[in-house]
Amino acid sequence: MRRVLDFYAQFMRLSIQEQFQYRVANYFYMIGMIAEPVIYLVVWSTVAEAQGGQVGGYTPGEFAAYYIVWTLVRNMNLVFTPYGWEYRIQKGQLSMELLRPMHPIHNDVAYFAGWKVVVIVLWIPLAIFLAWIFKPTLNPTLIQGVVFFFAIWGAYLIRTMSLSLLGMITFWTTRVGALYELYFALELVLSGRLVPMTLMPAWVQQVAAYLPFQWTFFFPIEALVGNLPTQQLLYGLGMQVLWITIGIIAVNIMWRFGIRRFSAVGN
Amino acid sequence: MHSIRLAGTFLRIAITNELQYRVNFFIQILQSLISLAIGLIGLALVFDYTSDLNGWSANELLMVMGIYLLMGGVIRAAIQPNMNRLMQEIREGMLDYALTKPADSQVLVSVREFRFWQLADVAVGAVVLGVAFSRSGQTLSVVQALAFIAVLLMGALMIYSFWLMITSSAFWIIRVDEIVNLFEGIYAAGRWPVGIYPNWLRLSLTFLIPVAFAVTIPAEALTGRLTLPTLLGALALTVFFLAISRWIFKLGARNYSGASA
Repeated sequence: MRRVLDFYAQFMRLSIQEQFQYRVANYFYMIGMIAEPVIYLVVWSTVAEAQGGQVGGYTPGEFAAYYIVWTLVRNMNLVFTPYGWEYRIQKGQLSMELLRPMHPIHNDVAYFAGWKVVVIVLWIPLAIFLAWIFKPTLNPTLIQGVVFFFAIWGAYLIRTMSLSLLGMITFWTTRVGALYELYFALELVLSGRLVPMTLMPAWVQQVAAYLPFQWTFFFPIEALVGNLPTQQLLYGLGMQVLWITIGIIAVNIMWRFGIRRFSAVGN
Repeated sequence: MHSIRLAGTFLRIAITNELQYRVNFFIQILQSLISLAIGLIGLALVFDYTSDLNGWSANELLMVMGIYLLMGGVIRAAIQPNMNRLMQEIREGMLDYALTKPADSQVLVSVREFRFWQLADVAVGAVVLGVAFSRSGQTLSVVQALAFIAVLLMGALMIYSFWLMITSSAFWIIRVDEIVNLFEGIYAAGRWPVGIYPNWLRLSLTFLIPVAFAVTIPAEALTGRLTLPTLLGALALTVFFLAISRWIFKLGARNYSGASA
């Protein structure tokens, strides 16, 4: 355990230093990402205003808060992609990683976790700018802030597990781009990325309750901008832990079977 | 004339090449349908809560979406692949091979690539547009149809010019990949009529990044919103965009010193 923690600390420090060098590139990337929530925000603010100030319990100010916090959660949700797995398996790069005395997925988790630290620092000025333009209504309590802090890392881990699972399909098939697209479309609708889940039709919300998606978007955002009672906040964190555990088990099972199929292509 | 023959030849080669990979067609269709489904879900959600968005009805927004998909297909089939290749060649110093050929270099770098299967998006967009238009119960006058085709063409030309300009910036600043990412994000704003955006954003989407001309204004032509001043303004702006992008490209090409020679 000590060994693993040491590894994480070292690896995170490494990626923080590496990514700070690319701060301009990182910034452009983050700015490009802002277009999406700004579009949603404008559309829903327009609807809210047309409906006499609010829609589904959200005022334009609350939508602004939702979609501004969205930008941080979205950044936390960026993990090693299935395309990365595809590349790594197709090109046989995985052979090299298999030589290390630790499961390769630790690499991904640690590297991206370090990167997130850079992302959070870079995000702050961006959030201030967006807040200045769109005037969000946001008054979180201390407990909401604390839960939010843990929830974004929970979201990060859930999404790491689910995208790793998706990526490992490449052990069996070599090209799965279309399948990924389908997954991303489902996620868009069922996670709260498109709109807050409470605006979705009731049956969609019921379906989403049995899936991990909403714990990676809607819950972390709502933890900060909504007014969930403490009990609900803790329940949410519990659900995140549950999904992370399921994810870890599934990744391990899939890895065990997948790796047998892996015949080092490439060098 | 020579330029048109050249473009035709490149187009034929590209299509022959792509036709070899038929499975890609089905993957592309699937992806187009997914992107259509997402668009429809977004529209359905909005119109669950309201009956018009800033004066546009659900059906009219369906037309906007059809044009958005169609134009997106054109960009990804014909414009983006050429510009990506140009960008890469500038960076790697391979552009000499194009510049030394006895053809207009701007024409040449703009017609070398064509992603035939991306036309699936154009087809899906056209179907959406057709369905929405027939549901609206309007009749299409000849003048209206001509105006629609004219503004659609102008929109495509403006987007092309815009791409050529940002790609040409690679002559001076080497890494422009992130700018391309930025464009993709911003083009998504075209799903909705630009009128809903706050002023500063609407003006940027009209004059800085011509998303308004590519999507919203063609939709205005079909829904009887297009006025003569807008049409003439679009024409003037198209000419301006074409001229300035050609100037920037030429300026860059003159400054360019290859690495391969």
